[in-house]
Amino acid sequence: MTAAIGVVTFPGSLDDGDACRAAYLAGARVLRLWHADPDLHGVDAVILPGGFSYGDYLRCGAIARFAPVMESIIDAAKGGMPVLGICNGFQILCEAHLLPGALTRNSHLHFRNRDQVLRVESTGTAWTGGFSPGQEIVIPVKNGEGRYVADAATLDKLDAEGLVVARYVDGNPNGSQRSIAAIRNPDGNVVGIMPHPEHAVEALTGPSTDGLGFFSSVLRHLAAYERVTTP
Amino acid sequence: MARVVVDVMLKPEILDPQGQAVANALPRLGVAGVESVRIGKRIEIDFTGEADLDKAQEIADKLLANPVIEDFSIRIEESEA
Repeated sequence: MTAAIGVVTFPGSLDDGDACRAAYLAGARVLRLWHADPDLHGVDAVILPGGFSYGDYLRCGAIARFAPVMESIIDAAKGGMPVLGICNGFQILCEAHLLPGALTRNSHLHFRNRDQVLRVESTGTAWTGGFSPGQEIVIPVKNGEGRYVADAATLDKLDAEGLVVARYVDGNPNGSQRSIAAIRNPDGNVVGIMPHPEHAVEALTGPSTDGLGFFSSVLRHLAAYERVTTP
Repeated sequence: MARVVVDVMLKPEILDPQGQAVANALPRLGVAGVESVRIGKRIEIDFTGEADLDKAQEIADKLLANPVIEDFSIRIEESEA
């Protein structure tokens, strides 16, 4: 059966519609999940979309982390379910301690919105298996608080263990440490990315269709998983 | 009513561009001699009964501050009555 991808809508989510469309174009069944409903409705993977969940009051993602749906997602992620956090979703994954570090105010204080070159460095994740190591892709970046920070020990660990999924190339748009644009957990099922693959899935509206690779990768990952686990 | 005040500050090693922007504006006010400015948050928690420092500690640790990038301090504010 075609895998089902759930896209969460928090109050203040903006990119849930685009995330749904991207998953749909990749060939997934798409279910919309609601922040106040802890039921994941049997989805095989979850996307936390961009936006300003709960107004980003206090800190980006800090309040969303305690949404009823997040309790279920945190449990499912620890059990191996693929979870992709994009932009605000990345911030939520860090606040939920599913990924290390934090995302804070861009070093230059400006909101940055442009097409961005990334280098994909880790293809051993549920969401990037369809890329080749070192592949450069172009997807939009748009954030005001996208600067990835962590202590030196965490950054060294990310580098040493190959947990950096993508880095900014041709200019760091927000001052992220070590030009980090995306990271993963050691199991590779949880990925957080600051730029927006869901905005680069159709030639009409995006700078490329490079973003589609994230969504087709997870479907391939889930299909392989099903072959292994189905008796 | 009992008030507990929580101060949240970015850790010293975390860049504070907001504080830098303020510091950079000071010469335009004619203010000299300021080495740096850092910006944090002050949160006032009013309890219905006695001030509960343990509860305030939990609120600060779990929600108000992100220990990855921020430090916090807690104190009971004495009422002026």
